[in-house]
Amino acid sequence: MSQNTAIESDTRLVKGDHDFASITKLITDIPQERTPLWWYIAFGISNVLLAVMLAMVVWLVYQGIGVWGLNNPVGWGWDITNFVWWVGIGHAGTLISAILFLFRQGWRTAINRFAEAMTIFAVMCAGLFPAIHVGRLWTIYWIFPLPNSMQLWPNFNSPLLWDVFAVFTYLVVSTLFWYVGLVPDLATMRDKVKGKISRLVYGTFALGWTGGNRQWQHYEKAYMILAGLATPLVLSVHTIVSFDFAVSIIPGWHTTIFPPYFVAGAVFSGFAMVLSLMIITRKLYKLEDIMTVDHIEKMNIIILVTGNMVGFAYAMEFFIAWYGGVEYEKFAFINRAFGPYAWAYWIMVTCNVVAPQFFWVKKFRRNIALTFALSIVINIGMWFERFVITVTSLAQDFLPSSWGYFSPTYVDVLTYVGTFGLFFTFFLLFLRFLPMVAISEVKGVMPQADPAYYRSQNGNSKSTR
Amino acid sequence: MSTKDKPYGVLAEFDNPADLMDAASAVNKAGYKQFDTHSPFPIHGMDDAMGLKPSKLGWIVLVHGLIGLLGGVALQVWSMDIAYPVHISGKPYLNFPAFVPVTFALVILLSAFGTFFGLFKMNKLPRLHNPLFNSDRIAKATDDSFFISIQATDPIFAEKKTIEFLKEIGATHTEIIPES
Repeated sequence: MSQNTAIESDTRLVKGDHDFASITKLITDIPQERTPLWWYIAFGISNVLLAVMLAMVVWLVYQGIGVWGLNNPVGWGWDITNFVWWVGIGHAGTLISAILFLFRQGWRTAINRFAEAMTIFAVMCAGLFPAIHVGRLWTIYWIFPLPNSMQLWPNFNSPLLWDVFAVFTYLVVSTLFWYVGLVPDLATMRDKVKGKISRLVYGTFALGWTGGNRQWQHYEKAYMILAGLATPLVLSVHTIVSFDFAVSIIPGWHTTIFPPYFVAGAVFSGFAMVLSLMIITRKLYKLEDIMTVDHIEKMNIIILVTGNMVGFAYAMEFFIAWYGGVEYEKFAFINRAFGPYAWAYWIMVTCNVVAPQFFWVKKFRRNIALTFALSIVINIGMWFERFVITVTSLAQDFLPSSWGYFSPTYVDVLTYVGTFGLFFTFFLLFLRFLPMVAISEVKGVMPQADPAYYRSQNGNSKSTR
Repeated sequence: MSTKDKPYGVLAEFDNPADLMDAASAVNKAGYKQFDTHSPFPIHGMDDAMGLKPSKLGWIVLVHGLIGLLGGVALQVWSMDIAYPVHISGKPYLNFPAFVPVTFALVILLSAFGTFFGLFKMNKLPRLHNPLFNSDRIAKATDDSFFISIQATDPIFAEKKTIEFLKEIGATHTEIIPES
C-alpha cells in the first residue's frame, strides 16, 4: 500500500541499502533455496506433536470427555482455557493487518503477512477445542442452522452459538484477507522461480496477476474494505468469546468489563506471540533489514499499553466486586487471589502486570533477548488468566457443598501441547513455501515508491540521513 | 519474437514511478483508452494520471452486506419464532437483542465474500493466459520495473506511431507483443 511514502532520514522503515530488486530477492530467495536442516528438525518435532494431538483427540472421542480432568462443578477446564488463549493469539494478526492499516501505520508491512498466517493457524487450533469438547463429535453439525430430521434449530439466544458464528466468520475472513494480500506476491514468486512445476503452482494461485494499475485500483479498494470489515470483526470476536462467560450468572463471570478486557488481553498475548515467532524468524532468515529493532520497539509499546489495560481490568474487577456489594461476587474475587487457586492468580499477575513494566524503558524495549524472554512470559501469563477466569469461578460458586477442585489429566496436557504441533506444522510450511513478507507492500512504503521522490533533486536529498 | 499475426499490443518500459506516472498521463491525454500501467506496487495518484473512474467495488460489497443483514434476521426470526418456537427460560421468541451478534457476523461474512469475489470479477481474474506474458520483460513488473501496455484494439492504435509516441514520452525500451 502506498501509505507513509514520505518517510525521511533515520525513520526509514527498511534499513540497509535496499532497492526494489534487492527486496524481491531477499524474500523470494527463501522459498527457492535448499531447505535448511533446522527446518527439517523443527518440522519433524511438530509432526510428532501433531500426531500426539490426533491420538489424544481419537482417545477422547472413543472414551468420552471423562478422560479430561473435568468434574461436576468444573465443566470447563483446559479445553475452554486453550480455546480462548488460541483465539486471543490470533487477534494480533488481524490488528496488525487491518487496524494498523486503517491507521496508516507503514511499519505493519514488514510483519503483516507473517502475523496473518499466525492468526489463521491459531484460530484453527482454537476451533479444535470447542468442537471436541461437545463430546459427541459426530453430531457437531447440529451447531449450524441446517435442516435436520428433528426439525430443530440452534438456539440463537445462546452466546455459545454466537461464538460459532463469530469464530467461523473470523477464520473465513482472515483467510480471504490473507489470500488477497498474497496474490501480488504469488505473482512475484511465479516470475522468479525456475522450476516448471513450481511456476505452474505459484502461477495458478496468482490467478494471472499482471501488476496492472487497473488491477491495483480495485485491489486497493478491496484491501481497504476488507480491513474495514476485519476491524469491527476482530473486536466483536473476542467480545462474543467473553459473552460465553459474561452472559452467564456465575460469580466472577457475570461482569460488564469482560468485552474490552478480553479484547485488550487478546491483543496483548497476540503481540507477544508475534514477537516470539518474529525474533526467531528474522534471525534464521536474516530479515533484520525488514523486521527491524524499530518494529520490535513499536510492538513492545503496544504490549505495554494493552498489558496495563489488562492490569487495570484486574484491579477494576476487584473494585466493582467490592463496590457492587454482591456477596458471592466479593467472595469469588477474594477466593481467586487467596483461595486454592491463588498460585495461578499470582502467576497471572506477575506475568501480565509486572513483566511488561520493563517496557517503560526505551533500552529494554529495544533489547531483543529481553523482549523474547518477556514475550514467552506474557503468553504463559495470558494462558493463566484464562485458566483463572474459567476454572476458579466454576470450582467455588454459590454452594460450598458443591465446591470442587480441577486437576488436569495427561490427556488435557498432551492435547494442549499437541496443538503446538498443529500450529507449527502449518507455520513451518508457510515459512517454507510462501513469501513471508508482503513484498509489494514493503516496496510501497519505501521512499523510492513515491513519484515525488524523483522530482526533488533526483531523490538525493531524501535518501541520505 | 515473430509478429506474423496482428499484434496484441505494445509494451514500453520506464525507469521509475515518476516517469511512469508522467507517461501514463501523456498516454491518457493522447486519447488512448485501452492501456494499462504495470508496477510492482500500487502508485499513489496513478488512477488520476490514467483517468480512471473510482472503483465500484464498494457497491458490490454493500449489496452483499445487505443480503447478509436481511438473511441473518430472516434466518433467526424464522427458525426461532415460526419454524419451531421453543420456550427458553422465559425469553421472548422474537428476542432481537440476542439476534444482533449472529446478524453482525453474517453481514461481515457476506460482505467479505462480496469483496473477495467482486475483486476478482472486476479484475477479470482468474485468467489462464494473458498475451502480455509473451513478453520476457513483463515478468519484471512484479519485481522492480515499470511498464505501460497499449492494446492493439484501441481505436487510435497504430503500431509505428504508438511506439514512436511512447519513446517520445520517455520509454527506455519498447517492444511489440504478439497475440500468441
